[in-house]
Amino acid sequence: MAGIAALVSKVVEGHHHDRDMLIQVLLDLQSGLGWLPREALVEVSRQLRVPVTRVYQVASYYKAFSFAPKGRHTIKVCLGTACHVRGAGRVVEKMETDLGIKRTETTPDLKYTLETVNCVGCCALGPMVMIDGKYHGQISSDKVSPLLAEHE
Amino acid sequence: MQVRKQARRINSTAELEALRKSILDARDPKRSIIALCVGTGCLAYGCMDILGAFKREVAVQGLQDTVEIRATGCPGFCERGTLLTVYPQGIFYQRVKMEDVPEIISETIVKGKVIKRLLYVDPNTGEQHTREADVPFYKKQQRLLLGSNSRIDPTSIEDYLAIGGYAALAKAISQMKPEQIIEEIKRSGLRGRGGGGFPAGKKWEETRNAHGHRKYAIVNCDEGDPGAYMDRSLTEGNPHAVLEGLLIGAYAIGASEGFIYVRQEYPLACENLNIAIGQAREHGLLGDNILGSGFSFTVKVHRGAGAFVSGESSAIMSAIEGKVGEPRMKYVHTAVSGIKGQPSNLNNVETWANVPLIINKGADWFRSIGTEGSKGTKIFSLVGKVNNTGLVEIPMGMTLREIIYGIGGGILKGKRFKGVQTGGPSGGILPEQCLDTPVDFDELAKLGSMMGSGGMVVMDEDTCMVDVARYFVDFLCEESCGKCIPCREGLRVLRQILTDICEGRGKPEDIALIQEIAEVMADASLCALGTTAANPVLTTLRYFGDEYEAHIKEKRCPAKFCKNLTSYYIDPDKCSACLICLRNCPASAIVGDKGIVHWIDQGKCTKCGICFEVCPERFSAVVRISGEPTPPPPPPGTKVKREG
Repeated sequence: MAGIAALVSKVVEGHHHDRDMLIQVLLDLQSGLGWLPREALVEVSRQLRVPVTRVYQVASYYKAFSFAPKGRHTIKVCLGTACHVRGAGRVVEKMETDLGIKRTETTPDLKYTLETVNCVGCCALGPMVMIDGKYHGQISSDKVSPLLAEHE
Repeated sequence: MQVRKQARRINSTAELEALRKSILDARDPKRSIIALCVGTGCLAYGCMDILGAFKREVAVQGLQDTVEIRATGCPGFCERGTLLTVYPQGIFYQRVKMEDVPEIISETIVKGKVIKRLLYVDPNTGEQHTREADVPFYKKQQRLLLGSNSRIDPTSIEDYLAIGGYAALAKAISQMKPEQIIEEIKRSGLRGRGGGGFPAGKKWEETRNAHGHRKYAIVNCDEGDPGAYMDRSLTEGNPHAVLEGLLIGAYAIGASEGFIYVRQEYPLACENLNIAIGQAREHGLLGDNILGSGFSFTVKVHRGAGAFVSGESSAIMSAIEGKVGEPRMKYVHTAVSGIKGQPSNLNNVETWANVPLIINKGADWFRSIGTEGSKGTKIFSLVGKVNNTGLVEIPMGMTLREIIYGIGGGILKGKRFKGVQTGGPSGGILPEQCLDTPVDFDELAKLGSMMGSGGMVVMDEDTCMVDVARYFVDFLCEESCGKCIPCREGLRVLRQILTDICEGRGKPEDIALIQEIAEVMADASLCALGTTAANPVLTTLRYFGDEYEAHIKEKRCPAKFCKNLTSYYIDPDKCSACLICLRNCPASAIVGDKGIVHWIDQGKCTKCGICFEVCPERFSAVVRISGEPTPPPPPPGTKVKREG
């Protein structure tokens, strides 16, 4: 796991070994690795000189962090109020049927991770779906299958 | 973005004005500019491809010197994206697609002709509008803050300086004492735009007067309310304005360090802020001895990691310290003891963005806008079942009716208005009889809702109010940090009761229990998340009590939304056997064939509603039924009566 130690040390240095930057360090690692393996958390604790319990406390509190690997494509279905009243519930249900997984789960082939988010701030175009950081607006349940097909 | 010369540090107000003059002198006011929105809404429409196409087309036609392609922030009318404005004429094009790009260049830029097809047509009058200001959506707004978004490239400090940027900062630190600034803000009547509505000047004064060896000024861009995105558009579209407000506030309260806390879902806001901070630093507008005044200030962007409750003032400060963002008791205000126990002043993005305006134009000017208790304008995110969705900025005191019908153009598909949700999960849902209420902090509170940060979600006859109440309670239940029992357990029980009602297991005594729990939560919760959590439930009970009764007593959902109480049925007289619903049904519950009337096998139906959604509007054969038995299916093999 030398790779992880090196990555952690690069990130920690980027934040000048400042303990207050724990969340920012974890965010950088999450985006670099796609998830937070145990080794990375222990390494952060060692290098930042923060108890490992606090690293875990922070990593488990915030929703951005994941303790399990994610799929190649991350699908985020917005369930904000504006999307909700325009039928986002049906969109997420169709996603679940098409992918054969429930929200928060990853397909066994590690291709897709299905997540729901509270609001992506694109409320005028609801229901919104974000795939790999790209925004897709005015999605209805019948548009789900073609959209997934674009992300093989 | 234009090619910039090496930035030169500005050491005084005179040098700032000289730089501004040189920028303006170098600009030809007659030069064409295509200002294209690249805000998040238009991103979803594919505006980046359009931007690339414009750049290529300009290069191909060799027009680089004639026209500037400017990528701007969000002008607000997101429903009509991709939006662009052609200057200097001010021609406003909407729903621009890739294929329109060559024509815009060859017709509008080269020949100066207006392309009629891309203009906004008022659906009510059929009238075409060439200029943005004439479009009804914009006409009734007063866009003091949002108006600049379409005029500047948010990644260009020159653009911001060209529209008078940083003049307020220069005025504040060269001509005003900190106490004078605080006095001016207090007199302006500016109240916190994040939801609380606390007078900003009073908060600043408290931080200024508090003892501490270091003071902090913080921007709250943790816009967590679902259905609201005002702060996102301001930060993405005009980051220097937020920064300028923060600098003035920091000078007034005596802060030397600042933070901008941005929620994780807003990567573009972070990016644009970091660019703006870098530019301001290069120009000497941040860092040591700003404009030669002796005032020094540094600022850092902190990304949130996804926790709604972290937008609360004491929680946000904990998060900035790298800890779990949980609220604490605030016997001592964060203004006195915040980050690392030092005096810390936190304001919302929109509050900060108002500050340069007040310093430039004066408190009296600001006081002239709005109502007795709420001054200035407020940005709302007008979304949900309304025709013109987007961001609207209005003077305080405009009625809900004017906003929803005058600006919003009424309800989608001509349906009946049912309610409007203001204030996010802490707010309430107001019915038709409240539509003539003037919108300000105090009036909305009187009705049991609140201004909140500016979410305004419109709901029509198809929205079930019990379900919406359950939706908010469910949201808050997930987001409660769990530190205090009334909030944690109260929400869990409320969620269970509301779910039971939605699923047809409601009992008459549930209503009294909801009210009792709500009372305890309001009295005993630690932070505002818990004390206001029952508002959506209480307002729906107050204004839509009949819907709760229908669910509990008749096991009927009047909006035909709640799954357990609704069934789907295909009207054999209307079905055209087009196979669309049959192919889309995920449960294979629809039986039928080409030319043969379809019907739904109720035993297999999962009530997902997809058939209802996909059935073409001209047939509208799929109907929802609640509170009565589903009619029997037609005899097998029934032929269609109408060809599709």
